[in-house]
Amino acid sequence: MVANQLMFLIFSLIIVVCSILTVTSRKILRAAVYLLFVLVSTSGLYFMLNYQFLAAVQLTLYAGGIVVLIIFSILLTSHINQKFEPVEWKKSLFSALASIAGAIVTIITILDFKFSVTAEAAKEVDMRLVGNSLLSVGKDGYILPFEVISILLLAAMVAAIVIAKKTGPKNPQSQNNNQS
Amino acid sequence: MFFIGVYGFLTRRNLITILMSVELILNSVNINFVAFNRYLYPHKLEGFFFTLFVITVAASEAAVAIAIIINIYRRFTTINVEDVDTMKY
Repeated sequence: MVANQLMFLIFSLIIVVCSILTVTSRKILRAAVYLLFVLVSTSGLYFMLNYQFLAAVQLTLYAGGIVVLIIFSILLTSHINQKFEPVEWKKSLFSALASIAGAIVTIITILDFKFSVTAEAAKEVDMRLVGNSLLSVGKDGYILPFEVISILLLAAMVAAIVIAKKTGPKNPQSQNNNQS
Repeated sequence: MFFIGVYGFLTRRNLITILMSVELILNSVNINFVAFNRYLYPHKLEGFFFTLFVITVAASEAAVAIAIIINIYRRFTTINVEDVDTMKY
């Protein structure tokens, strides 16, 4: 039990510190690497909660896919050791005030709320259960969001390709603008 | 962590760092979903699947956002939010 709590402490400490560093670091590539740390330790949390499948998805999709995409776009659009100018203190102060106030309200609400713990036994989440309920139409079935999400993914893929490709010969005006 | 993400969203001016802040926000919500699902309703799987779907949405959102960012960079050669003001007014 103690070891479990220690692991949780370490993970949450990494998450909090690295996410603060992500939004305050002035070198953009370092911010991306801190984001990677946050995502990896989040997947560690999922492993601790016995959701292996979710942790694997988190690792492959977030840490493997999204961070690589972000780093690619950083390398395409800016110099590696380019620094941002520091944020104006007024802007930074007010944003910090707003975020801290929101955090305090949330924490007070959570501490106030009486959570009712159910006595039912925990469900073992294995791959068979995940697959079955993801594709079943009955009770505890998630076929509708599954299909919606597949359409969304397809639309996002097509949209990304259409947006990112160079403008075709249909539209010579904007192509000239691009080249100049 | 959610509010760290909000802070980053409000202060940053580079489009990519704004994207990273959005990822932070989504991630914190995911952690909440999974933890509540585990400790309060361990016999159900709603939080689990919702987290799955949130991760997928985040992935597609990141892909589209990065396509837009690269396009903006091609046109304006900058990704600072304040310099891209062609569509204003």
